[in-house]
Amino acid sequence: MRALFFRDLALALRAGGGFGLGLAFFLIVVVLVPFSVGPQSALLTEIAPGVLWLGALLACLLSLDRLLAVDWEDGALDLLATSPLPLEGIVAVKAAAHWVTTGLPLVLAAPVLGVLLNLAPSGYGVLVLSLALGTPALSMIGAFGAALTVGIKRGGLLLSLLVLPLYVPTLIFGAEAARRAAQGLDPATPLFLLAGITLAVLAAMPFAAGAVLRVNLR
Amino acid sequence: MSLWEYANPVKFLRLSERVQPWLWAGAAICLGVGLVWGFFFTPDDFRQGSTVKIIYLHVPSALMAINAWFMMLVASLIWIVRRHHVSALAAKAAAPVGIVMTLIALFTGAIWGQPMWGTWWAWDPRLTSFLILFLFYLGYVALWEAIEDPDTAADLTAILCLVGTVFAVLSRYAVLFWNQGLHQGASLSLDKEENVADVFYFPLLVCIGGFVLLFLALVLYRTGTEIRLRRTRALMARETRSATLRAEEA
Repeated sequence: MRALFFRDLALALRAGGGFGLGLAFFLIVVVLVPFSVGPQSALLTEIAPGVLWLGALLACLLSLDRLLAVDWEDGALDLLATSPLPLEGIVAVKAAAHWVTTGLPLVLAAPVLGVLLNLAPSGYGVLVLSLALGTPALSMIGAFGAALTVGIKRGGLLLSLLVLPLYVPTLIFGAEAARRAAQGLDPATPLFLLAGITLAVLAAMPFAAGAVLRVNLR
Repeated sequence: MSLWEYANPVKFLRLSERVQPWLWAGAAICLGVGLVWGFFFTPDDFRQGSTVKIIYLHVPSALMAINAWFMMLVASLIWIVRRHHVSALAAKAAAPVGIVMTLIALFTGAIWGQPMWGTWWAWDPRLTSFLILFLFYLGYVALWEAIEDPDTAADLTAILCLVGTVFAVLSRYAVLFWNQGLHQGASLSLDKEENVADVFYFPLLVCIGGFVLLFLALVLYRTGTEIRLRRTRALMARETRSATLRAEEA
């Protein structure tokens, strides 16, 4: 399991394109927002938490089709499936590697981009916390979507259509927590709910993803 | 005699063809009576005027949009547990019907909302969760369309239906947390004293019955089509195979 984790990390870091791309996409989305809504700082302050969450979510989505497709194409997934590791574990490890290479950089970059969007000072801590709590769920749900569409050629668009509705609860609670903190309100309730969703997803989703992968490998 | 006997496509088709005329006729009668009764023989509401009559389309279609998803959920579970092909095809057949019901509910809601709330659309919990339900339907149908092998497609969509149900319910409550809205609470329930006034209530019930029958008829009809389509494909595949065999022998 550990070997698989580090293999996926190394591949993501060295194979080019995967690691920095999500981060760059996040940056571009955030930079484009003032162009589309105008540079008034009061307006930007108001929408900053939501934009940062949406940007992080889209950046996470962008790299999902590589999560399993590359291993599927070169047959590595078949080899992994014959290994003693259960498929549920393989998917979970791959989602974890995806989070470390995509979710974690987004969490770390979010406060910097928050400055660009004139985020209220009280919002930074909770924004980072909510992203840190929420992005693992995004990776795990995304792994389920990737497992669903792995056998389909050019399934990227379908993957987005399947995964984005599943992201709704995470997005609602995450952005709500960040928004409340930015307005100086108490963000505890949405944070707890967000953490609950993430834990439930981490506990249950590997089984759904494993079952789906087993069907696809049949 | 058990219910599972109808997992046999031939028996299922025989039963469904015997039932279907009754369902169509029942749906036509209920909808005809209910809509005419509702549109022309009920008084205008004293505040809403005649716009209140859109309720006869809005409420039944919204109910059926949710029930169609639950029917798909049950059919998917049966497919996963007992692997009856009819069940998987019934789930496939119900999805587009569910989409149409969701759209009817959304559109009639918008038409009703414009004069009453002064807006076509509001990010109200009920409206938003219906929009999300619509997205789930779209994803489900798209996944069916994208996969060629019918058994793989049935398996994957069944699991998507299960996961989607959990997330649809989750979204429902998340949205409730996120925004309190304009839409009124439940106006029909069995255990409450206060329902819609009787004049509106009875034609509404007839309309709901009509929508249920219409949904059943449509799903049975579409399931029959799917079964026949699959049988045709199997026959054609067998034809091609024997043709190539004969060509090789010659």
